[in-house]
Amino acid sequence: MRVRFDKLGIVIALLAAYGVLWSSFATLKPNRIVQGQAESMLQSLPAWAGWGLVGVLVVAITAALFRTSPWIKLIAAVAALTALTLSIGYAATFLTPAGNTYARVSPASGFWILLFAFALLAADAITRLDPPPAMRVLFLVLAALGAGALLMSGSWDGLSIMKEYSGRADVFWVEAGKHVELALGSLFAAVLVGLPLGILCHRVAPLRDGVLNTLNLVQTIPSIALFGLLIAPLGWIAANVPGAAALGIRGIGGAPAFVALFLYSLLPVVANTVVGLAGVPRAANDAARGIGMTGRQRLFKVEFPLALPVILTAIRIVLVQNIGMATIAALIGGGGFGVFVFQGIGQTAMDLVLLGAVPTVALAFASAVVLDALVEMNSRVPNGARSA
Amino acid sequence: MIEIDAITKRYDGVTVVDNVSMVIEPRTVTVVVGTSGSGKTTLIRMINRLVEASEGAIRLDGEDNRSIPGYELRRRIGYAIQGHGLFPHRTVAQNIATVPGLLGWTKARTDAKVEELLTLFQLDPKTFGPRYPHELSGGQQQRVGVARALAAEPNVLLMDEPFGALDPIIRAKAQEDLLAIQKHFGTTIVLVTHDMNEAFHLADKIAVMDKGRVVQYGPPAELVRAPATPFVETLIGDAERPFRLLSIAKTGAAAEPGEAEGEPIREDRSQQEALADLIWSGRDALPVISRNGVPMGRVTLDAILKRAARPR
Repeated sequence: MRVRFDKLGIVIALLAAYGVLWSSFATLKPNRIVQGQAESMLQSLPAWAGWGLVGVLVVAITAALFRTSPWIKLIAAVAALTALTLSIGYAATFLTPAGNTYARVSPASGFWILLFAFALLAADAITRLDPPPAMRVLFLVLAALGAGALLMSGSWDGLSIMKEYSGRADVFWVEAGKHVELALGSLFAAVLVGLPLGILCHRVAPLRDGVLNTLNLVQTIPSIALFGLLIAPLGWIAANVPGAAALGIRGIGGAPAFVALFLYSLLPVVANTVVGLAGVPRAANDAARGIGMTGRQRLFKVEFPLALPVILTAIRIVLVQNIGMATIAALIGGGGFGVFVFQGIGQTAMDLVLLGAVPTVALAFASAVVLDALVEMNSRVPNGARSA
Repeated sequence: MIEIDAITKRYDGVTVVDNVSMVIEPRTVTVVVGTSGSGKTTLIRMINRLVEASEGAIRLDGEDNRSIPGYELRRRIGYAIQGHGLFPHRTVAQNIATVPGLLGWTKARTDAKVEELLTLFQLDPKTFGPRYPHELSGGQQQRVGVARALAAEPNVLLMDEPFGALDPIIRAKAQEDLLAIQKHFGTTIVLVTHDMNEAFHLADKIAVMDKGRVVQYGPPAELVRAPATPFVETLIGDAERPFRLLSIAKTGAAAEPGEAEGEPIREDRSQQEALADLIWSGRDALPVISRNGVPMGRVTLDAILKRAARPR
């Protein structure tokens, strides 16, 4: 049998080889804010664990390099990722001098490169397996359970990011709640307003350009500027409208962040609603009227179901965008994971920045997977057939 | 019966349909022909009020079509269009069940109707019912489109270039099917087309529209014998006239007693087909048989040629 190389596999193998051979695996710092001492993979771990990890990685790289079944690649990637995450936790325990509570061990460039390389391998394998939407969500749940088990097991407790967490466990979950509340709440409000507005724009053609251009304009305002611009009007409302302050409306804090995210969300929702409705085949619309559907029946039974995949795509864009952008809300006291990012930058404590950034990325990734699955489940009609 | 009474439609001062009056007899096929922009589509869309008339009235069996809300009127009138207009997100069975659903039929009655129609259109209900429109061929989609239009057993079926997107072979089959269905249900069909062959093939009466007016309305033979305007003459085509006459008459009508050699022709074939057979086989006469195969005499080349000549 002829041995055939996998093109993406070669890139992954080179990347991983660089991560193993020429990069440092973990960094040992005397305390949380100073520059540390980078250690290689074999230096960071006891001999058996170090060589064991190298062995697992070499096998996984081999699986990536050649054309094999995607299942083999997926198993190799998962094995490599598991070995990596367990090892970095173990490295933390191994490197920290006994009894020293100031020393911090954090993942170094090699760890991140390897993590990226094998995540890429896993993603590629899953793409090739082309699993049905429900299966993809199942993969996500399994990955989340795996990550959860890893964190609960305490094997990462020696890592700097977990030390930052253990000091702030209560605040972390409060801010996580605020982050989700901001991202989901503003999305919900945007759908509530954007859908009817999109339908209106579709039906009343003269309105379309005006509304879309205005929303486009809002989209171009930098987020920090928009937060700033909202301080004055919201402050005025809080001061002058009875009951507004009691509802939590203030010039700074959650209210302007919520309003800004809502405004940013409107354009994708309205624009995709308009595009989705415009994409409904003319003949289907004409037939719907011709066989006696009322305007409302036509909207809910024909136009809306056909536009739904495009609208869900907008919701996916908005949710991922909002989860990322909600980080900036911390600048004006809106809370969320951004609190740790900005505190970390202020203290030059990169581990604290990670405590804010990693959950944000994980949350955005998970929402993207779930909504992609939803979009696919709702578009039973292949795109080619839509122009029937 | 559909009475169209001095109907006019204007868009921003431009008259699209201009003072048209005509009576469409029940259980007949009426074909409206004309060039694009002649107002033929607008005319039939005023019957089910997809377009509201500017002036005049349309009565269905004596009842003004504005006496009930437009959507209720349209549920009673079948409507089939070019490119079928099937709902891509619904199965074939769900598509056909649309109007019964709007009318609140019971599930059992709806299911029975869907099955009956699919069978009638030679589509196996078990195979095709659960499929989506994009999984069907063009001809099958078109048949489902017509089946959907007929689901609520309408007396009137409006068709706007229903066969326009089909290739010639499937189109001929679809036309045959339509005539068979029309006989089966006794539906009054009003069909719009710009294809004169289709018009001559299907129509009991043809209405020719030009610049928003009906310039001639009568049986196909009358259009050939006595075209009302030069436009009608052009539409029929000088070179086509004898063949158009032959295409609308049956071979049985030209049969005479006597015998002939060779392959027989059925009496319900058009005289145009008889002529083609005669020329192609190099014979002077063909034996004619009835639909059941009983000999009915013969048809001669002379007899056919006489019938193709300008009527005096």
